[in-house]
Amino acid sequence: MAYVAVKGGTKAVLNAEQLVDYFRLKGGSEPISVRQIQDQMRLAVDRAMGEGAIYAPELAALALKQSEGDALEASFLLRAYRSTIARVDYSLPTEGVRMRTLRRISATFKDIPGGQMLGPTRDYNLRLLNTLLRTESSESAQERLAEIEKLIEEVPDEVQIFPKVIESMRAQGILAEPPAQDRAEADAEPYDITRRALTFPAPRSARLQVLSQADAGSLMTFAYSSVRGYGDVHPTLGELRYGYLPIEVAHPLTGEPVEIGEILATECEMVSRVEAAEDEQDAAQKREATPPKFGLGYGFGFGHCEVKVMSMSMLDRVLSVAKENSGHGAQGPASNEEFVLLHTDGIEASGFTAHYKLPHYVTFQANISVLERSREHQVAQFAATVEQRQQAESKLQDLLKTAASNEGEE
Amino acid sequence: MEAETMQEDRLNDLIRQSLDQPVIATTSANVEGQEKATDERELLYNFAFIDEDSKREIRRKLLKAVALPGHLVPFASRDLPIARGWGTGGLQVTMSLVEPRDILKVIDQGDDDSVNAVNLRRLVEKTTGISFTTDTTQASLVQTRHRVPEEPMRADQILVLQVPMADALRAVEPVVERATEMHAEADYGRMWVYMYESVVRSGDVEISSQYPVLVENRYVMDTSPIPRYDVPRLDQAETLYLFGAGREKRVYAIPPYTTVVPLQFEDYPFKTEHNAAQRCERCGSNDTFLTHVFVDPKGPEAQGRWMYLCSDTSFCQKRVQARELSETMEK
Repeated sequence: MAYVAVKGGTKAVLNAEQLVDYFRLKGGSEPISVRQIQDQMRLAVDRAMGEGAIYAPELAALALKQSEGDALEASFLLRAYRSTIARVDYSLPTEGVRMRTLRRISATFKDIPGGQMLGPTRDYNLRLLNTLLRTESSESAQERLAEIEKLIEEVPDEVQIFPKVIESMRAQGILAEPPAQDRAEADAEPYDITRRALTFPAPRSARLQVLSQADAGSLMTFAYSSVRGYGDVHPTLGELRYGYLPIEVAHPLTGEPVEIGEILATECEMVSRVEAAEDEQDAAQKREATPPKFGLGYGFGFGHCEVKVMSMSMLDRVLSVAKENSGHGAQGPASNEEFVLLHTDGIEASGFTAHYKLPHYVTFQANISVLERSREHQVAQFAATVEQRQQAESKLQDLLKTAASNEGEE
Repeated sequence: MEAETMQEDRLNDLIRQSLDQPVIATTSANVEGQEKATDERELLYNFAFIDEDSKREIRRKLLKAVALPGHLVPFASRDLPIARGWGTGGLQVTMSLVEPRDILKVIDQGDDDSVNAVNLRRLVEKTTGISFTTDTTQASLVQTRHRVPEEPMRADQILVLQVPMADALRAVEPVVERATEMHAEADYGRMWVYMYESVVRSGDVEISSQYPVLVENRYVMDTSPIPRYDVPRLDQAETLYLFGAGREKRVYAIPPYTTVVPLQFEDYPFKTEHNAAQRCERCGSNDTFLTHVFVDPKGPEAQGRWMYLCSDTSFCQKRVQARELSETMEK
C-alpha cells in the first residue's frame, strides 16, 4: 500500500500512551504512593496547585505521579480538571492578617510587632548534599521525627495571629494610598479571569489573578530583569508570611460568614518609593498635597512558594507604577503589562511552544511554494545584474577600443 | 470525614479510569462513510465536557461574531484536557454547538487519521458519544486544522477552524491593545506597507499561509494557517465558517455569502500554490491541494520515493473508489 505514510494515527496514539506508562514503571522499583508525594514532595505539590490554580493537595500529588514529576504537566492536569468543577460560590474576601503563621519575616525593620519568625526555611541552609538521605529508612525517619518533636516546645493555645507589617507603615503615614483608579477597581466586583477574556489595560484584580497562577520561573525572570537593570524599582521586602489562612463563604440562608476550612498559602508585600510624576508642575502640585511615600506590591500563592510571591509582588509594583504614569514598557520589559500578563502563564506558554510538534506539512508546503518563488525572483534579479554588468563592461571595452584607435589615428 | 475521603477517592478512580482506558471506535479514512454512535459517553462529565453555562456564553459570542463578520470577539476560554495551542479554540466552538444528533468530522492537515485529529475526536467521543464520519458531505459539523475540505460544504453544515494567532495584524503590531484600536479605526496602513515591503524584497507578497483577507470591506482577518489554495473558498460560501482561538481567547466568523477578498495589489494579484502540472499520484487529481510525501517501499527491493498526494485524504479515497467503480463497470 503506497498510502501507508499517512495512516495509523489512532494506533500510534494509543501505543504512545502505553509506552508512557511503561517508561514510568520499567525501573522496577516500589511504586511511589500519592500520599508519599503529598507529604515528601511538599514544594512540588504546592507549585502544581499554584499553577494549576486549584487548591487540592491530594489531586496535585496524583498529578505529579501521573506526570512523572513534570511541574508544568502536573499543573496542566489540574487546570483541566478545574474547569470541569461547577462553580458553586465565591468565597468571602479574606485577609492575610488572619493567617495562622508558620513563618513570617520582614526586611524593612530589625524587629516588628509580633517578632520575626524564621519557621521552616532553607534560606540559611548550607547547600551540601545530604548523603544520609540515601539510606533513609522508615525507622530512621521515625527516629529523626521523634528527635525533632522533642525539640519543639509546647504549641501555644492561642492562635498565632500577627499584625501586618505594612499596617504599622500605614500608621506612620509612609505608605501611599493606591491611586484613584486602583481604588475604584477595588470597590468594583473583582474581574474573574476564568469567566472573561483578559483585555487591556487590565484591572489590578485581573493582573493579580494572572500573576498568581503564572509559571514561577517566568515571573522570576521578569522580576529579576526589573531589579537587575531593566527597570527602576528598588523594592524592599515589607513582609513575607506563610501559614494557614481561613476561608469563609456567606451562608446561603443567613448570609453570615461561615468558615469552610483553611488553606496553606504564602503572602508577600514589597514596598518601594513612589516615583514623582514626570510632569514637574504636576509633581509640585502633588508634592504639596501628598509627601513622598512608599508604594505597595502584593503577592499571593497557594502553599509554600516564596520566590514566586516575591516576584509577583515586585511585578505588581512595577506594573502599578507603569499604569499610573501610563508608561507601559517604559521601564523595561517587566513594566509592559500586556507583555508580562500574556507570556507568563505556564500552561499557555508550554502548550503553544509544544504545538510545533504537531504536523504542519500543509503550511510547510505553502512555505516551500513561496520560498521557490522568492528564489526564482532572486535568480532573475541576479541574472539581470550580471547582464547589466556585462553590458557595462562591453560598453567600456568599446569605449577603450575607440579611444585607442583614436589615439592611433592621431 | 472518612466517608468524604472515600467518595473523593472513588471520584478520582473514575477520573483515572476515564483517562486511562478510553473507549475508542475505529475511525480511519479507509472505513467508509458514517460510523454508529457509540453511546458510551463518559457520564462523569457534562455532555461535551464544558458546562452548559459556559457553552451558552460561547454561543452568544459566536452570534456576535456572525453579526460582525471578521471581527475578533473575546470569550472566556476554558481549560480543556487538550494543551493550549493544540486546538482548544476550535474544540470549544465545536463543544458548544454539538448536539447528540450531530455527525462530526475532525481533520488535521486535511487528514482524518492524523494523530491530533484522532486525539480531538477521542475527547469528543468520550464526552458526547455522537457519531463520526470521514465523509465531508455526511457531516453536520467539521472541525479542521490548516485546511478547508475539498468538497464544497452546504448551508446546513458548519466548518470550525482552529486558530493559533487570531489577529492578522500581529505581524505588524504585537500589542493587542493597539491592534484592537487599529481594527476599530480600520487603520490598515501598516499592513499594506508590510505587504509592499515583501514585494520589494522578494518579488511578490511573501505570505505563504494564514493569508490576510478583507471581510465585507471592513475587517482585516486572519484566515488561520490554511494554504492560499483554500482562501478563495471563504468568499461567498454557502456554509458558515467559525474560527476559535483558545489561547488567544477569541472567536470570529464568516457567515454564508460574505465577501472575502485576499489583500493584494493590482499589479501583484493574490496567487494560490496551485500548479496544474502536478497531480496526486494516487487519485490523479490536479484540482486539489497536494502535499509532498515520502512513501515507504512496498518490498525489500523497491526504493521509497517522494510523491505528491492529496492532503484531503477522504476525498482522495472517494475519487479512487469512484475510478475503480467505473473501471469495473466498463469491464
